[in-house]
Formats: sequence, structure tokens, C-alpha cells
Amino acid sequence: MSQTVIQNQDVAETGTKLDVELRKVFKVFNGETAVRGIDLEIHQGEFFSILGPSGCGKTTTLRMIAGFEEPTGGEVLIRGQSMANVPPYKRPVNTVFQSYALFGHMTVWDNVAFGLRLQKSSKSELQTRVGEALQLVKMENLARRYPAQLSGGQQQRVALARALVNRPTVVLLDEPLGALDLKLRKEMQMELSNLHRDLGVTFVMVTHDQEEALSLSDRIAVMNQGRIEQIGSPSQIYEYPQTPFVADFIGDTNLFQGQVEASYPSSLQVVTPNGLTIHVKLHDNGQLAPGDSVVVSIRPEKIHVSSGAAPEQMNYYDGTLKNVMYMGTHVHYVVELKSGDKVTVFQTNRAMALPSLNTPVQIYWSAADCIALSV
Amino acid sequence: MSLTTTPSGAEPTRARSGWHPAKLIQPFVLLAPAGIWLLLLLVFPTLLILELSLIPGFRLGQPAGAYGLGNYLEIFQPVYFQVVLRSLFFAVGSTLLCLLLGFPVAYWIAIKAPRRWRNLLLVSFILPLWTSSLLRAYAWITILRPSGLLNSLLGVFGLPGQDWLNRSPAVFIGMAYSFLPYMVLILYASLERLDRRLLEAAADLGATPQQSFWKITVPQTLPGIAAGGLLVFIASLGDFVVPELLGGASSMTVSRLIYNQFLGATRNWGFGSSLSMILILAVSIAIALLLKYGDRSSAQP
Repeated sequence: MSQTVIQNQDVAETGTKLDVELRKVFKVFNGETAVRGIDLEIHQGEFFSILGPSGCGKTTTLRMIAGFEEPTGGEVLIRGQSMANVPPYKRPVNTVFQSYALFGHMTVWDNVAFGLRLQKSSKSELQTRVGEALQLVKMENLARRYPAQLSGGQQQRVALARALVNRPTVVLLDEPLGALDLKLRKEMQMELSNLHRDLGVTFVMVTHDQEEALSLSDRIAVMNQGRIEQIGSPSQIYEYPQTPFVADFIGDTNLFQGQVEASYPSSLQVVTPNGLTIHVKLHDNGQLAPGDSVVVSIRPEKIHVSSGAAPEQMNYYDGTLKNVMYMGTHVHYVVELKSGDKVTVFQTNRAMALPSLNTPVQIYWSAADCIALSV
Repeated sequence: MSLTTTPSGAEPTRARSGWHPAKLIQPFVLLAPAGIWLLLLLVFPTLLILELSLIPGFRLGQPAGAYGLGNYLEIFQPVYFQVVLRSLFFAVGSTLLCLLLGFPVAYWIAIKAPRRWRNLLLVSFILPLWTSSLLRAYAWITILRPSGLLNSLLGVFGLPGQDWLNRSPAVFIGMAYSFLPYMVLILYASLERLDRRLLEAAADLGATPQQSFWKITVPQTLPGIAAGGLLVFIASLGDFVVPELLGGASSMTVSRLIYNQFLGATRNWGFGSSLSMILILAVSIAIALLLKYGDRSSAQP
């Protein structure tokens, strides 16, 4: 196994080379299909996240890349080489485990040195590289401690150093920050991002935390029930979800079931069973024809609330304010439309007087801000 | 906290300062049954043995002489010291044999065997414990005697017959057979608790299964290995039945020597007592070593 460092100079040309490829990968456990034929291409130097609810098959996918599980069907390739029948200890990947899986009978130093010792590194190289790795995660002062004497955040750093010290082609992260409290998680997200930028190594992270995936990743694969729903950059995933699941799972959204009533070259007119007419601008050349069932998704922060005269908009509705939640930076409103639909609206807090409950309000949004997804 | 244990408002000062009489008596009430048991049946007899051991040449029915260390000095006579060394040899040997035979079995049951079979497999290993040790020793006699099962089997394969009965190999076989279940049980408990994710982490970092075994599995189960080893060592050191029935005249051990001093021809209770004290000392040292070094990994804060 050749474990090489990719320095960040190479980042410019990372778009071309692939570090990890999954081709039609299936995994069946005792008759239950966990992964249903997924295709993935992860580029060199990329921070790639697999995002999905628990039980969607994301961890199984990661474990197949690491080699802990063999695919029931399909193929895993790392740097163009098939990993079929290649055991985990021969793969050029290192994993940061959700539980950290630090060796309790070894000091921090010995934990980090474990991989290098197996590679029979020279003593001086061992000293330098373990020292560097510990410095990288700011743990050099605690090298003589045992894992049980460390806090969760410190254990997380050791687990990272233990994976990075071997200079793997790909670093796999299985819910790496899942066990940390919120403040520490934010801090470690920043450090993970910095580490990835400084080292230029490919990171593949599995997470159920969409915010974490959005803020850290270059690209995200959203998984659901063993399938990949969508792959794209964080903004693509967020702004242009391709399936109702993605629209609903990523961020908050308002979904309206409906039918296409009229279709124009660049826009659609959708009518819901409650009689709401929604105008949707088309972002791609969708093949939606009148009569098709669709789900319209509109993000709460793209909706405006006004209690006076509203500007002329195609999507403009009267309603009643049913709930106001003051969140500090934002105010969340729930508006009940005349049709009976309830719509959530987020507005940034601009220190205006909050409207009182049950007052009549108008909401509106631009046709370009909502999306129609075929069901 | 202590306030809640007293009836509402009754004697709050006493309750707060922790001087409630029931609290003082409680530990004694809880410890008394076992304490009296131990005192009468362990501490008192041991002190009696200690006293006898300090009366040189004490024999039942004879007037006791003055206190002295004569009984202990007698142990260092070559003929007896050899017996002490042989006992240690048997105990250490059977401990190693049990470890060697028991570890793969425990490993297989705990890690490789299907989960639903585990209890059944364990029970089948403990089954020999349900028969009397005497019976098991006699069974081995029929297997190991010159015209026994072992030699007829060896004969079938054209191998030379072995004359193991009444010699050390028979003692090792008998002891290992008797104490293997304890070793397997303790190692199983230890291996079953082993965090498999550590083995995955080791493989992930490039360790072959063999390397994972020696660098992770063995160190992680060291407390179990030490505890199992100690138990077998203590049991082997004090075992009387196996060396007596399978060992023959050449396999004199401390336990047999003690038997001879109390119930055999010599009837030297003083010497027998000093040998007993030495046995107790050896076991105590082994336990002390285990407490100090055996449980390192789990003792980390």
C-alpha cells in the first residue's frame, strides 16, 4: 500500500483525479438491504460528506470503503484500484471512529505511533511524525496521558492524530463530532476544516448533522433508505434540492403538494388541493407537464411578511399570524393562510416591533425562490 | 440527604451530624454473619496452625515443647525443599498449560462462535466440574495406565506407548484437566468484554490479525489472564487428589506432605503446620502480586 501525502499545491487540479469510486455498490445484511446500488466519485483533496438520517446506510457505505464490510454487489475503488478482497489493514485509508476506539492500554503517544510502528518506521522518523501529528491537533503536552485521563474533545484530537499520522490517501470520519457538546463541536468543526485545508488530504465524512455537512464539505451526498438522493455542493443541495426528501431533510422548508396546472417555457403554475396557486420559476429544463403531481418547496427565510401594502409579487397570500417565536438573531412566524395551509417564515431580527398574534398579515415570495419537485 | 432518612423533623441535629445510632450499628449487622463465619472457620483455625507450627516436633497426644522455629528450618532440608520446589513446578506448569489450552478455546467461544451457541459451549466446558475430583482422577488412571486407553490409541497409530501414570506428565494432565474450566470461564468473561471496535481500529491502522491479537487482544485481556492464572496456580498448588492418585511416589508435593504429617505415618503436626503456613504464604504472595501488577490497564483512572 502506498500512502502518499497530497500537498495543498495540488488542489488546483483535484477536479480530475478520483480517490474513491463506488460502482453500483449493494450491501445486504441477513436479508435486509442496507445499501441499494450507489455510485460515488470522490475527488482528490475533496472534503466529501455523506449525509442522511440514521439507518440510511451511510455508515455501512463508509465501512465498505474502510474494508470492514465487503459489498454484496458492486465495486469499491481507491485510487483506481479495486478493493475487492483487500483487507482493511492493506487499504490506504485511515478512519476516525465515532467512538474514537482509542487503545486504553497505551498512552496518547503510543496510540498515535501505533500505525507507524507497524510500518517499521525508523525511530527518528517515528519521533518526528508523531510529534508533528500531536502538534497538529494541539495535544503535544498530553502525550504521556492515557485515553481514560482525557476529555471527549481531547480523545477526539488523539483519534484524528492517529489517523493523520499515517498520511493516508483518504481519511474516513464516522460521525467524528457526534459525541461532543455543541460548543466543542463548533470549535472542532473549525479545526477539521483548517486541517483539511492545510493537509489537502481527501476527507470522507459521515454525518447526520446537516449543518455540519453544509459548513464543512466541498460536496455532499444525501442518502435515504440505502440510496443516494442527490450529490452536489452545499449550496446546490440547499438551494436546488432535486427530491422532496432532500428539500425536507436539509434545512427547514414549507412543502406544498399539488398539481401542475399550466406550464410555460420558464415557469410553472401549481395548484394545491386547498386551492392555492403557486408560481414557480424553472431552474432547469424540467419535463413537467400539466397534470403532473409535484411538491413545491419554499424556504422559510425566502418568505416575506408584511402587515401593510406589499409589493407586487406572483406568490402573494393573505393570512393570520398564528405563532411568533423570538430566536435572538431570527424571528420565526407561523402564518395560517386563508386556504388553511400553515407556513413557517423566518425573518432576521431588525429590532422592529413584533406583530401581535392573530393579526392579519400578508406573505409573499418570488417565483424564483421556490422549487417544484416531481413526485 | 441524611435528613430524608429521619422521620419528618425528628432529631434533625443528630441526623445532620451523622450520629444516628442505627447508622453506627448498620455495618456490623451487615458484616456479622460472614464475619463470624470467617472468624470461627478461617481465622481461628489458621491461628491455631500458626501456633502449632511454632512448636518444633509437636505430635498429637504428646506434651508440647517450647516455642521455636525448628519446624520451619526443617523445610529447608534438601529432601523437603525439593518437595516445595516440585509443588511450585507443578503449579506453574499446570497454570501455563491451562493458559495455553484455555485461551484459544475462550477466544473461539467469545469471539468466533455464533452468539446463540456461546452459553451451550460454555456449559459443556464446565460440565466436568459437576463430577467429583476423585472420580475424574480415577478416570484418568484408566486412560493413562500402561494397558490403558491412551496406549492402545497410540498403538493403533503405530506410536510408542507412554508410561506417564505415576509420573509428572500424569500430574500435569490431571491438574490441567481439573482447572481448565476455571481458566476458560475467566478468560471468556475477559474476552467477551473486549471492545471489537479496537480490533477494527488496529486493522484500520495497518495491523494484521496476528498483530492485532498480540498488540490489542492480549494486553486488553491481561487482567483476565492474570486472574485466571492466579486461580489455577492457587488451586494447583494446594491440590491433593491429582498428585496423590496420578503422581505416584516420585511426585511428592507439599499438600501430600502435609497430609502425611497430619494423617499419615509420621504424624508430625508441628512440621505439617509449618508446611501449611508456607503454602498460605505462597498463595498470599501470588495474590499480592496480582493486586499490585495484574490489573494495571483497568486500574488507570
